[in-house]
Amino acid sequence: MKGVKSDRNTAIRDIVLILAIALVGLCLLFFNGRKTTPGSSVVVEVDGKTVASYPLDTDGVFVLNGGTNTLEIKDGKARISDADCPNMQCVRQGWISRGGQSIVCLPNKLIVTVTSSDRSVDYIL
Amino acid sequence: METRRIAQIGVLVSLAMVLSYLESLFPVFLAVPGIRIGLANIAIVFALYHLGFRAALGISVVRVVLSALLFGSVISMSYSLCGALISLAMMAILKRSGLFGTVAVSVVGGVSHNLGQIAVACLILQTKAIAYYIPVLILSGVVSGVVIGIVSAVVIARLEGE
Repeated sequence: MKGVKSDRNTAIRDIVLILAIALVGLCLLFFNGRKTTPGSSVVVEVDGKTVASYPLDTDGVFVLNGGTNTLEIKDGKARISDADCPNMQCVRQGWISRGGQSIVCLPNKLIVTVTSSDRSVDYIL
Repeated sequence: METRRIAQIGVLVSLAMVLSYLESLFPVFLAVPGIRIGLANIAIVFALYHLGFRAALGISVVRVVLSALLFGSVISMSYSLCGALISLAMMAILKRSGLFGTVAVSVVGGVSHNLGQIAVACLILQTKAIAYYIPVLILSGVVSGVVIGIVSAVVIARLEGE
């Protein structure tokens, strides 16, 4: 290809670098997977402060943060079922149930994190 | 500044914005916060190779500010701006080293953009909870970076050959 350094050595270095980055990603993914245990409760944080906590074994629908977001807990899983923000990213993030998983609502500065009773100290650094 | 250069920068800013807009139409990729395809990076990578670092920086900043005002919000602007600046800095350093090709430069740009955004999110939200997504963000950055890098390499080759 004209104008692009596409000699053999450059191509090899490219592939090595890309594989190295991908490997780091995969290792971290594996590390995360090993550490996670089924969660026991969800913690709701608004603007960095913990405002509420709900056990995952009790089904229910909870209004959070004065009505900006609605949390639904069902069958040991939690999700944000409704939000007042236009893009509804937190609703799209779906269900979470494993320790360390979280749902983030950037506009309302709200985070729902799953904690597991035995390993939670390990997880939230 | 040469007129031709000004015109090229203008075209690339509008191209980057159209690509940002196109990307905002794919909500599927937003299932994990911070994941993006980074279509606009085609324009930025091209600018970096064809017009140099300063032009790429200008295009990147104008693109982020304008698309946040048009399609996003002021909050999203802070995330994007940080991601875009870190991404461009990393790409410029890698390109300058002269050891790597367009695809590696683009992959590093994609990954550092994702990581830069999550770093700002951690700062603003005062939490480390979202660090959970880092592995996913690295892998998605690699995949999209490879695709964007190949497209950019083709575009650079075609336009420099004219």
